[in-house]
Amino acid sequence: MFGTLIPHPLLTLLIVVVWVLLNGISWGAAVLGLFLGVVVPKLTSAFWPDRPLVKSPLTIVEYALIVLWDIVVANFQVAYLILFRRGDDLHSQFVTVPLDLRTPEAISALAGTITMTPGTVSATLSADGRALLVHCLETYDPEKTVSDIKARYETRLQRIFER
Amino acid sequence: MPDFGDIAVASLICLGAFFLFVGSLGLAKLPDLMRRLHGPTKATTLGIGAMLIASMLYFLMKGDEFSIQELLITTFLFLTAPVTALMVAKAHLLLDKSERKNLPPTGRDVDWSVYDAPRKTQQSENVQSEGN
Repeated sequence: MFGTLIPHPLLTLLIVVVWVLLNGISWGAAVLGLFLGVVVPKLTSAFWPDRPLVKSPLTIVEYALIVLWDIVVANFQVAYLILFRRGDDLHSQFVTVPLDLRTPEAISALAGTITMTPGTVSATLSADGRALLVHCLETYDPEKTVSDIKARYETRLQRIFER
Repeated sequence: MPDFGDIAVASLICLGAFFLFVGSLGLAKLPDLMRRLHGPTKATTLGIGAMLIASMLYFLMKGDEFSIQELLITTFLFLTAPVTALMVAKAHLLLDKSERKNLPPTGRDVDWSVYDAPRKTQQSENVQSEGN
């Protein structure tokens, strides 16, 4: 009963929270939000045949905190590079990050995280979705950059989405 | 006796303005497109973030009501900025033919998705390539 009424509880929760935040905190907004939160996942579930199951919700909190901290650090690093270095002197290059992640949602999350964090922008995927092309603003040691990304973000995303 | 709340709001706005400026400066100063992408995607997130925290703090102190819509702006910004950067980077890889020889190999037996048709390998039949 619960499973068929609310096929995707996290999406339902997200819709309710966003609706309430957008419309002001009131019971009316909460009821309408809950209605939308039940109806919208029902109507759209046909377009999402392989929904990812979130295996470990607490890891999401840990992941979010780590990413937020890295964003703050990244801002100072990039600000330093922009202000005090000549653009032509930066050791910018593309690196290949081989992916252990398999679900598209996890790979999207990783690509987004890479773009938001220290000196890296994700550029594209390999055609089979198994490697990610990342541009580094300044790196002297591409292997270390890649292993940092894999250890810091990818293993946590694997715990959230896949294990 | 200075009002510490006002000082906090003012310094957050200054911090935000600084990072927004640096992000825009990076966009103008850095020499090529891929490097330029780094400015707006990173320096601006903390800039906007500091501005929004300042706004929340201000309305919290004014005591009218607690304004949380800033959190939504932050969330949407964090969701949209990387997607925009990814699309710009892909368009750049497609348009600038000279960039292709700077790319490292994929480490797979297929090319990067902007140059190669999406396909599935045996181990990843449930993965659809995003890059088509």
